Amino acid sequence: MTTPVTTPMTTPGAAQVEPRDWLRRRSRWSPFEIVFWLAALLPFLVLPTYLPLANQVAIAALFALSVDLILGYAGIVTLGHAMFFGLGAYFAGVISVRGWGEPITGLLAAGLFAGIIGFIVSFLITRVQHLALIMVTLGLGFLTYELANAMHWLTGGTDGLRGISTWPVLGQFRFDMWGYTAYAYSLAVLFICFLLSRRLVNSAFGLALRGIRENVKRMPAIGADHKKHLRLVYAISAAIAGLAGGLLAQTTNTVALDSLSFERSADVVVMLILGGTGRLYGAILGTIIFLVARDQLAGINPQYWYFGIGLLLMLVVLFMPKGILGFLARLVERRN
Amino acid sequence: MISQLTIVLFDGFAFGMLLFLLSVGLSVTLGMMNFINLAHGAFGMFGGYVAVTAMRQLGLPFLAALPLAFISMALLSVIIERTLFRRLYGAGELNQVLFTIGLVFVAAAVATFTFGTVQQVIILPDWLRGSVELGGIRFGVYRSFIILVALLVTAFLVFGLERTRLGAQIRAAVDNQRMAQGLGLDVERVFAITFALGSGLAGLGGALAVEVVGLSPSFGFQMLVYVLIVVSVGGLGSITGSFVGAALLGIGDVAGKYFWPEIGSFLIYLLLVAILLVRPLGLFGKR
Repeated sequence: MTTPVTTPMTTPGAAQVEPRDWLRRRSRWSPFEIVFWLAALLPFLVLPTYLPLANQVAIAALFALSVDLILGYAGIVTLGHAMFFGLGAYFAGVISVRGWGEPITGLLAAGLFAGIIGFIVSFLITRVQHLALIMVTLGLGFLTYELANAMHWLTGGTDGLRGISTWPVLGQFRFDMWGYTAYAYSLAVLFICFLLSRRLVNSAFGLALRGIRENVKRMPAIGADHKKHLRLVYAISAAIAGLAGGLLAQTTNTVALDSLSFERSADVVVMLILGGTGRLYGAILGTIIFLVARDQLAGINPQYWYFGIGLLLMLVVLFMPKGILGFLARLVERRN
Repeated sequence: MISQLTIVLFDGFAFGMLLFLLSVGLSVTLGMMNFINLAHGAFGMFGGYVAVTAMRQLGLPFLAALPLAFISMALLSVIIERTLFRRLYGAGELNQVLFTIGLVFVAAAVATFTFGTVQQVIILPDWLRGSVELGGIRFGVYRSFIILVALLVTAFLVFGLERTRLGAQIRAAVDNQRMAQGLGLDVERVFAITFALGSGLAGLGGALAVEVVGLSPSFGFQMLVYVLIVVSVGGLGSITGSFVGAALLGIGDVAGKYFWPEIGSFLIYLLLVAILLVRPLGLFGKR
């Protein structure tokens, strides 16, 4: 087996380009990206009162990033990914309650735990497709929720997990009540996971995932073990979701049952669709728009928020099926 | 113990029949057009509001409010199907899921604007209240009524599907949409009628459900999961499947909450996942 001969379908005129060159070109940093990440530092300087919100955005963006890997790249539609978010949150919370509050090791352990569960679950996920897939993810999500509710002795049930105390990051930076440390910590984790995901999707493995998304039946025909690819990306995605959940537990010092809820699973998909799937940045942009809009609108009247988000979803599906980023990309393409 | 078991079976079956009315339309339309309509439960919700409002404002009797819920939801669904849903038949399942979830959000917000967040109550006529004693066990009259209505609807549906021209057209469209179209069948028209019937039944189910599960703007979400379980476990496009799935889920739900209140819902979801892994097409699904 020499170089893979799959040609990416997403870029016009790529048929003559060697896949490796194409991948290398994709992995180059554009000025937009650098500006974007510099702008992520702005809340420290300009909007310090919004740092807790910025922290929530960073955590949710990490979660949306994990969903983008499986939904946007591999085409696995999930309505139960909060399962891994919540597992990570509870794992990080419980080890802190039991006396180990060191954040970085705790976070890594939470990610690892969610990743292992994700790997086990991936054997179930790859068995089903279409409606059955949506229902299995949904069912597993509810299953985990009910399990956490029933295991009151460990999770605190509906009262939530109390008594988490997170030690200073690296023994230096205490979690302050304004959220400086929290946002810096979450942003750092988000950035590292983003770099890893970016490397992942711009690799041969990432190309294979796109191939699976575009046509599940043809991948085995060119000799690709598509189930193995799907299992791997599902486990990675679960681990990242677990990290996001762990961040929430550590930076807020509480874990409630709603970290496992269906609403969280649905919200994250909405954020991702809003921004645009299969672009990584779509996950982040969608999260920012979603959470900032909710923060503003829900303050006026929660019903406005429901009406607005529902209408927005319908409009995005009808007129911008590739999300806001996809829409912008098409505008730019047309102008060129 | 026996009497407890009987009453749980009875209540569970009645709840299952409600779920059957709420979900059978979705099963058939999904089987026909592969259109995942998560807003199906919202028709049930508005059906409930129509019945409550008709009785309170217009003073209609309960038995007149039920058909009204059916007809109004059938009409509303045709309007929505013709203007919105038809644009999405070719779209991916994710887009359908998101669009219809968006519609559920909007429907919940509209219901809150119009009716407020309070739980609505429906005033049943005297002859539907209370219970009758049979062999030392008390059966609720209203639940018996629900079972009766659902069985009538089932008989009507089975007869209609097996014996009428429209039924034959629906079966043909479910079995093989392209072939049916190739034979000159107007599948879109058949689908619109099926959609209206299914949503009307959901409206009827919603009206009947007010007394049992309550009615508030979150009804569409509450019922969504139940409806999806019935449809996916029963199998798409199968009335038998929906009936069996709904009865199983209703009995399982009531029994689980009665005998093992701690882990009842857990068992339901475990069963759902297990069934789908063994039979991804559901118990009675063909494709």
